[in-house]
Amino acid sequence: SSQNVVPTPVKINLINMLSETGLQVIEATSFVSPKWVPQMADHTEVMQGITKLPGVSYPVLTPNLKGFQAAVAAGAQEVSIFGAASELFTKKNINCSIEESLERFDEVMTAARAASIPVRGYVSCVLGCPYEGKISPAKVAEVSKKMYSMGCYEISLGDTIGIGTPGSMKEMLTAVMKEVPVGALAVHCHDTYGQALANILVALQMGVSVVDASVAGLGGCPYAQGASGNVATEDLVYMLNGLGIQTGVDLQKLMDTGTFICNALNRRTNSKVSQACCRL
Amino acid sequence: QESQASGLPEYIKIVEVGPRDGLQNERVIVPTDIKIELINRLSKTGLPAIEATSFVSSKWVPQMADHKEVMRGIERHPGVEYPVLTPNLQGFHAAVAAGATEVSVFGAASETFSKMNINCSIEESIERFEEVAKSARNMNIPVRGYVSCALGCPYEGNVIPAKVAEVSKRLYSMGCYEISLGDTIGVGTPGSMKRMLEAVMKEIPMSALAVHCHDTYGQALANILTAIQMGVAVVDSSVAGLGGCPYAKGASGNVATEDVIYMLNGLGINTGVNLCKVMETGNFICTALNKTTNSKVALASFSTGAI
Repeated sequence: SSQNVVPTPVKINLINMLSETGLQVIEATSFVSPKWVPQMADHTEVMQGITKLPGVSYPVLTPNLKGFQAAVAAGAQEVSIFGAASELFTKKNINCSIEESLERFDEVMTAARAASIPVRGYVSCVLGCPYEGKISPAKVAEVSKKMYSMGCYEISLGDTIGIGTPGSMKEMLTAVMKEVPVGALAVHCHDTYGQALANILVALQMGVSVVDASVAGLGGCPYAQGASGNVATEDLVYMLNGLGIQTGVDLQKLMDTGTFICNALNRRTNSKVSQACCRL
Repeated sequence: QESQASGLPEYIKIVEVGPRDGLQNERVIVPTDIKIELINRLSKTGLPAIEATSFVSSKWVPQMADHKEVMRGIERHPGVEYPVLTPNLQGFHAAVAAGATEVSVFGAASETFSKMNINCSIEESIERFEEVAKSARNMNIPVRGYVSCALGCPYEGNVIPAKVAEVSKRLYSMGCYEISLGDTIGVGTPGSMKRMLEAVMKEIPMSALAVHCHDTYGQALANILTAIQMGVAVVDSSVAGLGGCPYAKGASGNVATEDVIYMLNGLGINTGVNLCKVMETGNFICTALNKTTNSKVALASFSTGAI
């Protein structure tokens, strides 16, 4: 969601540098129509241009069967689908109801199963919605359960507008963990209100062991102009290192990658660890 | 109810350090009338304690040279404390003459930091503080003790929890009613916070402990959460996250009061503080300093038009 459209070679270099840091999963691109998401129009070139390291996964977003087929043709070996715990958000975002979106995903699931391609499910707005406001944990659990039952190997629970706190994170996870085993759960926290690391800490304390993050905290919040979005991978790894939790990620290489992309985008990093270490 | 069920404190006291720690570490020297207005606005937010100024020599800390005028100029709201820093007996006397009714002393868990910061050993600094504590006791003036470098030192690097516990115990034994444990350079993580608190809690009752976390590495809220999960119920913070880090140029320093309160509200913990009023105060001081807030809550709220 960066403002400028990033040139394809820069994207490819970014992914290649990330591949060298020890990260095991790098979400490479999105096979959504360039009419909707122009920044991802070069999805085929990116997919074909990156160096795929053994042991590293390069999942791509596929909103429907058409996108899935294009992704597979371009060499994708893992895909993701995006659901939401809010009807209004689903309507505004992909112009259909939650139920209708799940029907579309079912087509993707069937095709993916046939091709032995793992599918990751995202649930947006798990701790609040920019349109509906409060979201009930039961609703998050319901959507997560449906996506898990459809065959998603993992459900990434997204605090899309970063509004959650350790209190609401705990409540939501308690509800979801009744329906989906904790080993299949991930958290995707946004740092719009500065709560991301505290929310992630609570999730870890409850047994979650998969965390989404973005190098240099790339990606602002489309619902609050000027506000921050994704949590910075550097800051997350710094915390996990301090907790003695293994990630396999080299923090210095990660910071170097952050430096590269920030220079390429001519912007400051959103990572406080980077700012403290490198004066960037 | 929610906080009780999770074993967290029902109420957390926020100690606002913006006017002192915050402004002292901002590049711009703030005019006296702005300082006074800042403190007056903070007094109306429900904050129970506002660190007003520092009675340290203006030769060392020019930003706090107007300590007397500030102390005399502010409105003193009932139920709100206005502690001031007093590095020695001379500062203490000046503070009391200017109307101070609570003071703070600043120790450190690192010898090198103590030497570089106040040009003496930890032991020598403790002796100075003992003089302050003795006078304060005679005048029934409460003394708060700070321990800097509790989770790491810009010079020594690693700081051992046992050292933090030792210095804390010295300050507590001399009569400090509360010990604020400071992650001065923000290097700590929930891991090191836990280990340090475990060591300190062997020597000092939890109810006498506070945490003063810097957000230089983005760890402050996670560290504060860890501390309150262990029972700590006093948290220092700075409106708009005022006050950068003097040891890492351009890096952030104090954690933003707005972001702390947002988290505590979400946890169902009572603070008595009105978040909107704090955000408005943050907006005031940032406009006066011509800078962007360091509070993510304020940034997000202003962007969405919530404020």
